[in-house]
Amino acid sequence: MLVRLRVNGEEQEADVWPGASLLFMLREHLNLPGSKNACEQGECGSCSVWMDGDLVCSCLVLAAQAEGADVLTVEGLAAGGELHPVQQAFVDAGAVQCGFCTPGLVVAVADLLGENPDPDDPTIREALSGNLCRCTGYQKIIDAVHLAAARMSGAGAS
Amino acid sequence: MNAKTGPGVRERVSRGIGVSAPRVDGIPKVQGKFAFASDLWAEGMLWGHTVRSPYPHARVLSIDPSAALAAPGVKAVLTIDDVPGKRTFGLEFSDQPVLAEGKIRYTGEPVAVLAAETPEEARRAGDLVRVEYDVLPAVTDMVEALDPGAPRVHEFGNVLRHIHITHGDPDAEADVWVEGYSETAMQDNAPLGPEGGLAVPAEDGGVDLYVNTQWLHVDLQQIAPCLALPPEKVRITLAGMGGAFGSREDVHLQIHACMLALRTGRPVKMSFGREESFVAHKKRHPSRIWMRIGANRDGKLVNVLARMVIDGGAYASSSPAVIANATTFLAGPYEVPNARLEGTAVYSNNPPCGAMRGFGAPQTCFAGEALMDRLAGELGMDPVELRLRNALRTGSVLPTGQVIRGTAPARECLEACREIPEPPDEVATGRDAIEYPGGAGNVSRGENLRRGVGWALGYKNVAYSEGFDDSADARVTLFAATDGPVASIHTAAVECGQGLLTVLGQIAREELGVDEVVFEPHDTVGIGSAGSSSASRQTFMAGGAVQLACRGVRDELFERARQEAGVEGPLGLREGRVIDAEGRLVAFVNDLLDGGSVSKSAVHHHRRTQQFDEHGQGDIHVMFAFACERAVVEVDTDLGLVRVLQIAAAQDVGKALNPQAVYGQIEGGTAQGLGLAVMEEVRLEAGLIKNASFTDYLIPTILDVPPVESVLIEEPEPDVPFGAKGVGEASTIVSTAAVVAAIRDATGLPLNRAPVSPDDIVGLRAPADGGPEPPVPDVPWQVSIPELHGMGMGQQELMKAE
Repeated sequence: MLVRLRVNGEEQEADVWPGASLLFMLREHLNLPGSKNACEQGECGSCSVWMDGDLVCSCLVLAAQAEGADVLTVEGLAAGGELHPVQQAFVDAGAVQCGFCTPGLVVAVADLLGENPDPDDPTIREALSGNLCRCTGYQKIIDAVHLAAARMSGAGAS
Repeated sequence: MNAKTGPGVRERVSRGIGVSAPRVDGIPKVQGKFAFASDLWAEGMLWGHTVRSPYPHARVLSIDPSAALAAPGVKAVLTIDDVPGKRTFGLEFSDQPVLAEGKIRYTGEPVAVLAAETPEEARRAGDLVRVEYDVLPAVTDMVEALDPGAPRVHEFGNVLRHIHITHGDPDAEADVWVEGYSETAMQDNAPLGPEGGLAVPAEDGGVDLYVNTQWLHVDLQQIAPCLALPPEKVRITLAGMGGAFGSREDVHLQIHACMLALRTGRPVKMSFGREESFVAHKKRHPSRIWMRIGANRDGKLVNVLARMVIDGGAYASSSPAVIANATTFLAGPYEVPNARLEGTAVYSNNPPCGAMRGFGAPQTCFAGEALMDRLAGELGMDPVELRLRNALRTGSVLPTGQVIRGTAPARECLEACREIPEPPDEVATGRDAIEYPGGAGNVSRGENLRRGVGWALGYKNVAYSEGFDDSADARVTLFAATDGPVASIHTAAVECGQGLLTVLGQIAREELGVDEVVFEPHDTVGIGSAGSSSASRQTFMAGGAVQLACRGVRDELFERARQEAGVEGPLGLREGRVIDAEGRLVAFVNDLLDGGSVSKSAVHHHRRTQQFDEHGQGDIHVMFAFACERAVVEVDTDLGLVRVLQIAAAQDVGKALNPQAVYGQIEGGTAQGLGLAVMEEVRLEAGLIKNASFTDYLIPTILDVPPVESVLIEEPEPDVPFGAKGVGEASTIVSTAAVVAAIRDATGLPLNRAPVSPDDIVGLRAPADGGPEPPVPDVPWQVSIPELHGMGMGQQELMKAE
């Protein structure tokens, strides 16, 4: 079946199997493999994207449900070769190891900071509790959130 | 340091060793541009799928692929009879069939593989492969497997290896004895990135394989004979690795993907989902340990008597090495004058176990540290004081007779850990729901919270043991370039996510005084083996090879500089210049390169070790890394729920080459040990994994892992590059023991099983009862039993013999 949608600001269409997920369509039809497939049942958050502004696990959304939607993936978070402040903070804080959870976490953290520009630790932990990471023990991810929050608020003030 | 050039001139190098240089792969990873194995794609590729056995033990009577072959999109269905060459593979013994051959030994064993145009077509066709089984009685309990009447997993029986270590007088008496039984569950490595690979048939009749693996060359040596191809026609390149933790030491889909590509003449991608990943990779061994510790009244240990059994599952994998490792650690990181340590690895009809971070040591630490706490209680001593009194040090003699030659700052770890402040007391009532044990799902509000503190000290060998020369090759090339010389590193050493490449780059910068370092693809073409990225060895081993190769390049440059500039005395490299002892310019490296390059290869060997003798004696391990952790927990005793409040960690790292990455290893390793302490258990029923998903197999979330307050103990190890020890495993070894000790402290319960479940805490499940200690099996000690029965050696063993 043909699905038309907007992804990272561009009109796209893909001819997908009716049972295909949004994640599969992004990865295998639209050449956007940045969203990851660690569990494909909504437990790990590695496939997090925004659909019409809402943070979703793209593995739990049928491609067909995304018909006409506006989807933003990790690839669309920053223009060109630039890094979003959350991406830069993940690099600087040492929050990246194997990196498989990273795209989903970057998206989830950007979403959190959009809602709450200066979250405290319990708020961060609750917001990111749907994103599994097996490498870092999460400490440096929390550091990255604080670092990004500080830089983003600084940028806002200047 | 170097006979050719004398001592070097060492100056601070930007992003050299000892600083937290940024990850070389950090930016593509945050952008979603880093290509992992599951992201591989090729024009016209097919999707592979594996048909697996639903039974743990059965005879395969017939396989009928005809319906599957006729299904839409299907291009090939292959069984054991389609294997072009050798029909088995394996790390230590070649005991695992490429596809089931006559007999099934575990639930999930591959029976057939197929390739189709789309993953959905492949999956559906898999259901059409008709397999007729004759189901056999299975043995799925490790102690029952030792019974001579138990079903035999392999024809020669179920004992895989028995290690026997005697030290001093194991009949020695002591003033005080404590004894106990403990169990640990099977733990899944659960790397977030599932197994994946892409096999591309080549015009020369060979195949190019892109795959996530921890050791490219040992894969090559297992794959090529099965494909009946010479090694040079199987070219393996590392695909982006989404974590490993030991699970990718064994071949998973490599041979299957290559067979399908060679048969169909098209690229074939295989990419496991989470459920298949649980079934397909090797895991941490479940363990049972019976132990007695005797001490004098003053708290000095006198004797340790221990019996350990681990379940290797259906195939050997690395179980012979795991049981050897584990048995050597059964007496803990303590000076013990007398010991009898017995360890047995068995075959069963459970899924095979192999390597996972810690490699046998976490299980022994869990058992031993529980008894150390009990002994402290019997003696009325502080648990830290008891450990300080007995801790190993440089010069200590281990139960194997091995003398610790290198650094062994066990006491320093204990003392540094003790100095880390505990978290303040928290008011029990009125908190946000997520700040109670169990989080938002908790139905109590802090009515019966108890706090506890637990300690664990542990240690682990670095690099392979028992005489294995697991060397590492590297080639470093220095190019002339406009903005200064550029170093290029070629190794087959695998980046799993631990930060290896960043550290190798730091080493090259340090040695060559360059700013720019690039990496050639990590492959099996034109470069020798780097050994495995496991056993906490790769920074040490591949790092050493890069250092040696850099020094070869450096010596060549110095030679040219001496000839061209006519200087003598020590020289150094800094910022693209050769300098003398006063820092004066001798020559520009670019000029010495004269528009070309200098390339040097090197092989790094660690010091030789020995195999066990008949009494388990020998210089078995290369070196040791120690760690101490203290856990503070809060337990809701009404609900049996645990919240870990803090982990304090002090780890012996030798020298931290990249401190940020070292802290990351400690924090991540701690989280995995915490998982085994309170939640992670592969639940098996008659050999079937009942919780093969992240819905049912829980790994710690950001709400479960507390702040980890770490201290690095830096006492450089002599005679190793930069004095750096491996840092990947020690924290995992101690955190399980520390967290469960803290829960014991909070509840007063004996808790001898990891993970601790809520039922254990609220009294719905009694402590594990191991029954009587199983007898030592009637097999020769130390030697792996399959070897005695003519089982073909695995590739790892063949490399060891070379």
